[in-house]
Amino acid sequence: MTHAQAGQPLPLDPSVAPPGTRNFRDAGGIPADRWHADQNGETLVPTHCCFCGVQCGMYLRVDQAGKVFGVEPRNHDINRMRLCPKGINAYQQVNHPDRLTSPLMRSNRDEPFREVSWEEALDFTVSEVRRIQGEYGNDAFGLLGGASLFSEKTYLVGKFARVALKTRHVDYNGRLCMVSAAGANKLAFGIDRAGNPFSDILLTDCLLIAGSNVGECFPVMTQYLWGARDRGATLIVVDPRETPIARTADLHVALKPGTDSAFFNSVLHVVVAEGLTDEAYLAAHTTGWEEVKKTVADYPPARAAEICGVPEEQIVQVARMFAGVDKAMAWHARGVEHHSQGVENCLSIINLCVATGNIGRPGAGYGTITGQGNGQGGREHGQKSDLLPGGRSIANPEHRRQICEIWGIDEAELPPAGTSMMEMVWQMQRREIRGLIGICNNPFVSLPNYATVKDGYDTAEFHAQFDFFLSETAANAHVVFPVTVWAEDEGVMANAEARVVKHNKAQEPPAGVRTDTWVICELARRLGAADKFDFPDSRSVFEELRIASAGTVNDYYGITYERLEETGGIAWPCPDTEHPGTPRLFEDGRTYHPDGKVHLQVVEWHPPMDPYSEEFPLSLTTGRTVAHFLSGNQTRRLGALVEQTPRPWVEVHPSLGFRNGDPVRVVTRRGSEVFPALVTEAIRPDTVFVPYHWPVPTAANALTIDALDPRSKIPEYKVCAARVEPAERIDEVPAPPTAPGQVAYPETQVSRADPLPPTAPQGRGTSERS
Amino acid sequence: MMGRTIFIDPGRCIGCQACVSACRECDSHRGKSMIHLDYPDEGRSVASLPTVCMHCEDPVAPCAEVCPADAILVTADGVVQQADTSRCIGCANCVNACPFGVPKIDLQAKLQMKCNLCYDRTAYGLAPMCATVCPTGALFYGTLDELRAERPGVQVADSFTFGATTVSTGVAMVVPADKVQWPVPGGLPIVEVNGVDVR
Repeated sequence: MTHAQAGQPLPLDPSVAPPGTRNFRDAGGIPADRWHADQNGETLVPTHCCFCGVQCGMYLRVDQAGKVFGVEPRNHDINRMRLCPKGINAYQQVNHPDRLTSPLMRSNRDEPFREVSWEEALDFTVSEVRRIQGEYGNDAFGLLGGASLFSEKTYLVGKFARVALKTRHVDYNGRLCMVSAAGANKLAFGIDRAGNPFSDILLTDCLLIAGSNVGECFPVMTQYLWGARDRGATLIVVDPRETPIARTADLHVALKPGTDSAFFNSVLHVVVAEGLTDEAYLAAHTTGWEEVKKTVADYPPARAAEICGVPEEQIVQVARMFAGVDKAMAWHARGVEHHSQGVENCLSIINLCVATGNIGRPGAGYGTITGQGNGQGGREHGQKSDLLPGGRSIANPEHRRQICEIWGIDEAELPPAGTSMMEMVWQMQRREIRGLIGICNNPFVSLPNYATVKDGYDTAEFHAQFDFFLSETAANAHVVFPVTVWAEDEGVMANAEARVVKHNKAQEPPAGVRTDTWVICELARRLGAADKFDFPDSRSVFEELRIASAGTVNDYYGITYERLEETGGIAWPCPDTEHPGTPRLFEDGRTYHPDGKVHLQVVEWHPPMDPYSEEFPLSLTTGRTVAHFLSGNQTRRLGALVEQTPRPWVEVHPSLGFRNGDPVRVVTRRGSEVFPALVTEAIRPDTVFVPYHWPVPTAANALTIDALDPRSKIPEYKVCAARVEPAERIDEVPAPPTAPGQVAYPETQVSRADPLPPTAPQGRGTSERS
Repeated sequence: MMGRTIFIDPGRCIGCQACVSACRECDSHRGKSMIHLDYPDEGRSVASLPTVCMHCEDPVAPCAEVCPADAILVTADGVVQQADTSRCIGCANCVNACPFGVPKIDLQAKLQMKCNLCYDRTAYGLAPMCATVCPTGALFYGTLDELRAERPGVQVADSFTFGATTVSTGVAMVVPADKVQWPVPGGLPIVEVNGVDVR
């Protein structure tokens, strides 16, 4: 039973509602007939937010007709009733008027879409797969998945690519998220996840946040930051911008974009020089320390200060604050990872944590904050080009044998590793990949260097896309499959702590809409692999996933739907159904490398890939705003969020000579676009910032460079050379491709003394879907 | 001793507007937010400040005092309610009288709306929606003792000066420890008078 029983009392957060003293509201405590769900005949369905990697628990309010109509806070371990504006408004996508409810099809991109039957859309897709693979080979067809999908679906994506499509080319948009951290964690610790649960933040003495705008990207995590600070912990924020959490930090280091590893190498240099390393830990539990120590000797604060554009004293101060306490933690996100040296940046932070003995203890450790809801779980079970289920390597013969046995295929049939998401676009440009299926991703907004992305997709002979709204990428497709939103299906996601949580179904999908699972299995059946894809629902996929992960580092075997419904989630590895899960790693001092040690890695800083010049003297860096999520395909349709942040802007320092609202042209080697200026002292004078949630002509990713980290293949979103110049006018924010209408919020003609902003957000179109 | 109320801690506000969105979800004025967010030092800082109804205690509810239709009820426990729709004439006197800029007027319906401390929830022991969801605890609902149990040494103020007038409120504001000895100025800080920096 996934629905809460009607009349079930709301969970009560004891911290906000114990009996009080002042008045009748407080005097009697909580009346027996207190507010409860069925007073309006509604049902509360416990589930989680569909957005970021915090995975806040929430209730969806379901009316008597079975429709989701609202949200109610839920006292879940992770968020203790807290929600951010995206989470509060997420329910509005479920019955949004822009939902796709019929497959769309056209034979070439010049034609308008026409609504077709599922049979026709599936048959056409399969015939195109057969045609392309028949003419050019199996690897001429690719599959791109998404990290917003439940883990069951990501498992299916990987299996479908290798078993039904028989192609090596499968990857996912989590490639654009935390793969640098994943690569670094795997190299150092032999396991790809954060070392500590969020709750450990409450126990730390010093918290270092690097390259993470926690306040806007993961707002609910800030309760842990403040909890730590209330108990006396210091907070260090390393970020080129004064983000909302940097504003009140004990120390904000505003380093130049693309210089993180030089900075952290230098901090470790000071730690070594001041004798603050944990030599006993290093001797007992690590390899490679001597080489790392030798390398960081070349990063004295004077050199790093010049590279990073920060005062030497701050480097020394960070070293003393972090290494001078018993328990310190470092958390980082895309600001550190979105670089051509993303893996190195993460390794330099790991080196600092390990050298100071801050590993595997309550309040001491490291973590990466996942951007997408299932950014962590999305790659664990075979959706990433080089991984098989359970995090197995597709290049490892033993791992290949194990999976082929589970899948019931011959080992020779299992393709080798493919390429990464950006590389697949380049391959489409070169006509090496001629057909593509995309599942719940939006590369037209989310990949760097838009012109290249558009060219790659336009060159593809066939493109099908799964989505529930017509995204900018789906608008380029030949076939669009309308699929369920998260609240119309059940499945699991792994959050940034590697805690597996279960999402529950709150309503039936609209007529004409199918689950991703159903569509994948139907395609597989038509491709002749019906016996390998007999999955009537998510649960049946999860049962195979559990078996496929058993015995691996990413062991899910002990996790069941029933256990997840009884608990607040279970962190993997969890090898058997009695196992409590593993919220904190390395408590016994052993890592997941065969020798049980941390393999420290030497890191050398190198400049970003897009060189500065007289023509391009500034750093352009990109990121998120609190009201929007990733490519904005979901949040740019929700009235309250559009009203909160209707359009992008360029953040510029006053020294660049603009006034607030001035049209500013941002120019890079890829192109130029015009944004209104937000003039603020909260950014470095040599750096400009543009949020990336919008498509062209106001797309930050039309300007960013498609240079990749050589190991993680993550693009270098967070730094490229740029200049800014005055412009005459600001380009309009385009409406989403279909946009028959946004969710109408009834906040019309409401006025304080001064009128509120108009309800209709700027730039919204009203055109019907063609 | 201050009872259960909202405490506003602007130091923790990240400007996310979760409170604004949550207020829209409240059943008593569903779809409309009664919270506004200010950016007091825009251009220099990302600082932000949520404003909810302060539930003025002394003088009791200026909005209610000036209401010609006697539409604004102040309950025995000090909660200043939204205007009674059967009496409200939408004259906006309350908007002009409020020192904190809280009440809003629905021009089409000619009705006033304001934060009522989520009376439908607080009357039953739940926290208001805004304070329930606030990710940082910038809006906290509870007693001062509960606040201090979480945030040792925190100092709050519940009186505000507007020129010669001091207003005591049911909702309190967290202030820096050295500023708690005197009432907090209402509105934005005065930084300049006749060209002279008075900070």
